[in-house]
Amino acid sequence: MIEQNGKILTVNDLKTYFQTEDGVVKAVDGITFTLEKGETLGIVGESGSGKSVTNLSIMRLIPEPPGKIVSGTIVFDGVDVRQLSIDEVRKIRGKRMAMIFQDPMTSLNPFLKISTQLMEVTELHLGHNKKQAREHAIKMLDTVGIPDAKNRIDGYPHEFSGGMRQRVMIAMALSCDPELLIADEPTTALDVTIQAQILELIKDLKARMGTSVILITHDLGVVAGMTDKIIVMYAGKVFEQAPTFELFATPANPYTKGLLKSVPDPAHEDGTELYQIPGLPPDVANLPPGCPFAPRCARAEDICRAQYPPFVEINENHRSLCHFAKEVYAESVAEREKL
Amino acid sequence: MAENNENNLLSLKNLQVHYKIGGGLFKTIKHVKAVDGVSLDIKKGETLGLVGESGCGKSTLGKAILRLTEPTGGQVLYNGKDLANVSQKQMRDERKNLQMIFQDPYASLNPRMTVGQIIGEPIRTFNLSNGGSVEEKVQNLMETVGLNRRFTKRYPHEFSGGQRQRIGIARALAVDPEFIVADEPISALDVSIQAQIMNLMAKLQREKNLTYLFISHDLRAIRHVADRVAVMYLGRIVELGQAKTVYAEPLMPYTKALISAVPIPDPEIEAKRTRIILKGDVPSPINPPSGCHFNTRCQYAIAECRRIEPKLVEIKPQHFAACIRISSENPHIEENVKNGLGVIGN
Repeated sequence: MIEQNGKILTVNDLKTYFQTEDGVVKAVDGITFTLEKGETLGIVGESGSGKSVTNLSIMRLIPEPPGKIVSGTIVFDGVDVRQLSIDEVRKIRGKRMAMIFQDPMTSLNPFLKISTQLMEVTELHLGHNKKQAREHAIKMLDTVGIPDAKNRIDGYPHEFSGGMRQRVMIAMALSCDPELLIADEPTTALDVTIQAQILELIKDLKARMGTSVILITHDLGVVAGMTDKIIVMYAGKVFEQAPTFELFATPANPYTKGLLKSVPDPAHEDGTELYQIPGLPPDVANLPPGCPFAPRCARAEDICRAQYPPFVEINENHRSLCHFAKEVYAESVAEREKL
Repeated sequence: MAENNENNLLSLKNLQVHYKIGGGLFKTIKHVKAVDGVSLDIKKGETLGLVGESGCGKSTLGKAILRLTEPTGGQVLYNGKDLANVSQKQMRDERKNLQMIFQDPYASLNPRMTVGQIIGEPIRTFNLSNGGSVEEKVQNLMETVGLNRRFTKRYPHEFSGGQRQRIGIARALAVDPEFIVADEPISALDVSIQAQIMNLMAKLQREKNLTYLFISHDLRAIRHVADRVAVMYLGRIVELGQAKTVYAEPLMPYTKALISAVPIPDPEIEAKRTRIILKGDVPSPINPPSGCHFNTRCQYAIAECRRIEPKLVEIKPQHFAACIRISSENPHIEENVKNGLGVIGN
């Protein structure tokens, strides 16, 4: 057992690489964070930034080969998940840590009744018999707000709408009362009104059950209202991590600033142009020698193109991967004071 | 409200797209009213945003205007012609002026054609090279949309999602159209790329005096790009007005809920605001609720809402809504409910 002081998860310098035809892709290249009990962490990034691979690594769901966790520790409640055998991992996965995926249609088995899929979880992990499992499954569907759960439980996935399917997924993920819930883009495939319902549900369940949550999304709006702290990823690297309020108020990384500015503001002046980050996300297999963001960064200087940037500590909880992190932070503070 | 005005590029009059489903021996034929009598003017040079949840018929409406889906009723007036009722051959010619940009830049480009062929195809089809070389026109178009002009020999898979969307835009521009239906043009793209495509479309609009129908479920994007917004629910337009006004002072309970559901990227605002959380899903368009389609999810619904089909009426100047519980004298539904007003509109 590793001493943890109220921390449910400690990830230290995790690196997950993939062997591809184009060479080694460093999908996650050194990520460190802790998650306290009951806390919500947001991981934000564009496609290919490594946010999903981080979480698949924690769940030990990286396909090997081509992928491999090459270094780092993932300590979940005192145990390094990396050192466990697959059988031991299976006992934790689905029971003590659970995951919700983006697309509820592809993550439910279309041939099996909802009841079969829900009951399987508790029969396996909690040793329920059929009757107990069924009762528990109905209770869970009730909890996540599926009307008429008693009858709906024998339906097939296609008989449910997208939002309802995501509720079923959440019911399944929460059936063993997990300590950690990983939600990977849980609302991306849903309409806004349904997204609001699902986010409200996750918030509510979190408050009632005290679950710790990792919320992965590309939508800065979603993390703003849901999380305690945020990690911003780009090209497999952690570019910035900070408490949610601080990250939005005073970002210390040009990429974070760019992302925040490129979201349309409902109160904007008509006819003004939207801020855009130029260029394209990099090819993670062929990163430039310096900062991976340098080719798109407005304030990049020679050093940014030549040298890999340091992970600068702004304060105890706030770090930014940038040669000019302190300067960018100072600018953000000055901009905020002007408001 | 659909007057023929020379400021209007297109006028839709009671446009309908009904699909037949079921049928066969002993089975009743049902209709899905994907677009159920939409009347709408699209003004020259504007961007009209069309928002709604999935299944509300917004894409079908866009396609019906271009006859990519056949309308089953109503009119699409354009340059004195009714596009909904011209022959296929005439419609083909009209597509020189009316083009479309699709959502999925992965599915809407032929993987076996080079980019040069894709963008050049409409130029060849309509003989628009004016004696010059097609190749040169293609290269100029690629430059216009921000692609390297040397890339004409490449295939779609060699480009990223954002670049592919630029190819789709170049193909639409190839015929020099007046009007473009953009169906979810940014939904499949990353946040930083979305801003690029929105800015590109705005730039092209200024330079070429284009008119857009911008279809999206992303309310933040619509607020940014659109001059006017139409909100659609189960085949009908339920609110229409200046984007600024609709977002600041929405009239319909549905629009209010939609706008309140959008997460705002500011934790301080998020911590304070209260959301209107709608109950349930969008009902099936196969058997939509009677009367006002929204009545099953509306917190202000009364018995009459299940009976009366509300018409889209002007509540405030240039701001239309379809709700029987509001009128131009009493536009605020919360107050009307508090004061016990029942049916006052329509």
